[in-house]
Amino acid sequence: MAKITFDGIEVEVPDGTTILNAARQIGGSIVPPAMCYYTPLKGSGGKCRACLVRVAAGSAKDPRPMPKLVASCVTPVQDGMVVENTTNEQVLNVRKGIVEMLLINHPLDCPVCDQAGECDLQNFAFEHGVSTTRYQEERRTFEKIDIGPLIQLHMTRCILCYRCVYTADQIAKGDRVHGVLGRGDAAEIGTYIENIIDNDFSGNVIDVCPVGALTDKTFRFKSRVWFTKPVNAHRDCPKCSGNVVLWYKGKDVLRTTARKDQYGEVKEWICNECRFEKKETSDWQIEGPAHIDRSSVISANHYELPVLNQSVVADLPESTVRDLQQNPPLKLGN
Amino acid sequence: MGRKLLTEHINVEGIDTLEGYRKHGGYRSVEKALKTMTPDEVVEEVKKSGLRGRGGAGFPTGMKWSFLAKPEGVPRYLVCNADESEPGTFKDRQLMSKLPHLLIEGMITSSYALGANTSYIYIRGELLYVLRILEKAIAEAYAAGFLGKNILGSGYDLDLHVHPGGGAYICGEETALLESLEGKRGNPRNKPPFPAVQGLYARPTVVNNVESIAAVPVIVNEGGDEYAKIGIGRSTGTKLISACGHLNKPGIYEIELGLPVEEFIYSDEYCGGIWKGRDLKAVVAGGSSVPILPKELILKTAAGENRLMTYESLSDGGFVTGTMLGSGGFIAMDETTCIVRNTWNFSRFYHHESCGQCSPCREGTGWMEKVLHRLEHGHGHMEDIDLLVSVAKQIEGNTICPLGEAAAWPVAAAVRHFRHEFEWHVTHAKEAAQPGAVYRAGAVLV
Ligand SMILES: Cc1cc2nc3c(=O)[nH]c(=O)nc-3n(C[C@H](O)[C@H](O)[C@H](O)COP(=O)(O)O)c2cc1C
Ligand code: SF4
Ligand code: SF4
Ligand code: FES
Repeated sequence: MAKITFDGIEVEVPDGTTILNAARQIGGSIVPPAMCYYTPLKGSGGKCRACLVRVAAGSAKDPRPMPKLVASCVTPVQDGMVVENTTNEQVLNVRKGIVEMLLINHPLDCPVCDQAGECDLQNFAFEHGVSTTRYQEERRTFEKIDIGPLIQLHMTRCILCYRCVYTADQIAKGDRVHGVLGRGDAAEIGTYIENIIDNDFSGNVIDVCPVGALTDKTFRFKSRVWFTKPVNAHRDCPKCSGNVVLWYKGKDVLRTTARKDQYGEVKEWICNECRFEKKETSDWQIEGPAHIDRSSVISANHYELPVLNQSVVADLPESTVRDLQQNPPLKLGN
Repeated sequence: MGRKLLTEHINVEGIDTLEGYRKHGGYRSVEKALKTMTPDEVVEEVKKSGLRGRGGAGFPTGMKWSFLAKPEGVPRYLVCNADESEPGTFKDRQLMSKLPHLLIEGMITSSYALGANTSYIYIRGELLYVLRILEKAIAEAYAAGFLGKNILGSGYDLDLHVHPGGGAYICGEETALLESLEGKRGNPRNKPPFPAVQGLYARPTVVNNVESIAAVPVIVNEGGDEYAKIGIGRSTGTKLISACGHLNKPGIYEIELGLPVEEFIYSDEYCGGIWKGRDLKAVVAGGSSVPILPKELILKTAAGENRLMTYESLSDGGFVTGTMLGSGGFIAMDETTCIVRNTWNFSRFYHHESCGQCSPCREGTGWMEKVLHRLEHGHGHMEDIDLLVSVAKQIEGNTICPLGEAAAWPVAAAVRHFRHEFEWHVTHAKEAAQPGAVYRAGAVLV
């Protein structure tokens, strides 16, 4: 086990845990944002740099600070490590810069984007960015392409988090056709000449995509997500767990997604049959309304209320606990 | 005359053959190391030599070797980084094409020191002709018993492979190189874990530059202490400098570390001064990634001392008034060089070569290039200048690999030392946009 201090709060975690997951052990508003890391996907993380934190002391053995900010999602803890996130001005400023970078080539077409309202990039920008831009150049654009009949790729919105690549590799296994082509800001997600990922689990790339780059074609332009009501449901599915969220408008199921936790990570992968084909209430056993955080940026936004780990926060002052429960998270600076 | 430890025989007829190379003492270090020294003793000599990595970062090679993890029963690898693609750096190519056996000898002796039984030379894909030269030389070495099983009857086995690179500058970054060598897309890895613990195929690996490995034979032959006598302080031995730009005699020079920069530029033994009788304006001393310095600061430090070709002297003054020795790509620019245009050109390179994994570098390199393009072409604003500095700062230190910094430093340094030229591009936008236009003390010089 390793004991670390994260923003002044002590937490003990198994050796090898990443700083991010140690922070998630505390929970609440001090947890760094993660735009590319995705627990169920091996190899994910380290790319977006949203989760950069400062290590003020490397370990009990070697208490020197680390020279650069580190990506908390891929950096393992050491016993005695001291980490600063929301308590460090530099971290917050750099994060502001990351928002700016992620947005300069983004089309900002939220008004017509299906992901709006449950978009990690919207949340990230709202919570950590500034409302103006210094970017005057032309934005990079790509043609929209269909990767199969059910999924559309709108590369212009992509933040190259690689989550869909790992999903295609690890969850929707098969011929490897989904990957990154090209380099730098010309890099794009590609399926090799609009190939389709021909696999029962390919729809999961939609759920892992933090932005509106991969969207469900059966849901396209049907409704803003905040006008739909999420309901937990399940069915006996021979292929997957069958545990899903149905998004209702009136009596109609407009779309089906996997269930996600408070960090937007899919808990159980679902198959394409559950996702795309079962659109009748009679196909499902209804469990009841899904938990939605009413105070989120747009109400359908965070999938669950921030959950604090009681055993960690029990001894903290009440005011700290209140801060941790704030949602949207603490917004320091402007 | 400085001593030439690597290139003394470089122009000898037939030195690229095993026979010719042997005639001039080639492969002595293999015999000495394998027959009379333990691997640790070789590492010890390299430590004593003070040799520092010649690929850019200048990390002490002996120390790097001693960090290599050695778990029981797990193979380890030595990988030679021959991906040389940085603008201004072209020394490894020459060394490999003219003295292929020197690199091979270095690889054998170094692999022995590290306990590696399989080693790789990852060579820039565009250098196919050099790859062929190396392959031919490797075949000769196998035939002569310097490679393969039971080398020189010592019981030590080594297989050496040459692998052509994927055609990307980023594949020179050591972890991207390892990914590429494994057959994957050349994306740099997050560190830790470091290659010394989990490198090629997740096994302990040392990655060294061509020139670093080529220095090992002479260190083993003459002893680390002897090698360390050349140079000044912690900059020991000789270094290949690829000199280019507006020089009378551009080319590749082997210098003893400690040579004054002024002597290197102006003496006839080296670059012979600036061409066409012009004045020197600026120098990029260590490949396109290092900060540019104006004439005054490259010849003398801020404290007025002579600037020397050493790791320490060149970085004297940090990034405010100093730079880095880097990979030894020495680019001299005369008074007719437009710094804005040149900065834009560098920036174009990094924009093109960013792997695109991490957001600050992927987006920031393109942003800087576009702003510089505007400035150079007469569409800039005064705010753009500080914007450049700010974007560079947003990249620096926040990326997965140092390519981000390599892109940011040149821009930040150009603005730091030549802000007036950037401003002139805004105030005299029309003139500045003319082809060949250059700011010189307020006057356009076409
Ligand atoms: C973008 C980038 C490109 C690089 N290209 C090269 C290269 O072409 N050759 C090289 O030897 N080192 C290159 N390096 C440095 C290597 O990562 C590594 O530090 C070096 O190979 C270590 O060898 P050394 O210790 O012998 O210098 C590059 C680094 C970066 C960040
Ligand atoms: S398409 Fe979506 S999931 Fe895939 S890399 Fe882009 S942003 Fe990430
Ligand atoms: S810094 Fe640039 S080149 Fe290096 S990993 Fe990040 S995007 Fe790729
Ligand atoms: S979440 Fe850590 S770098 Fe993206």
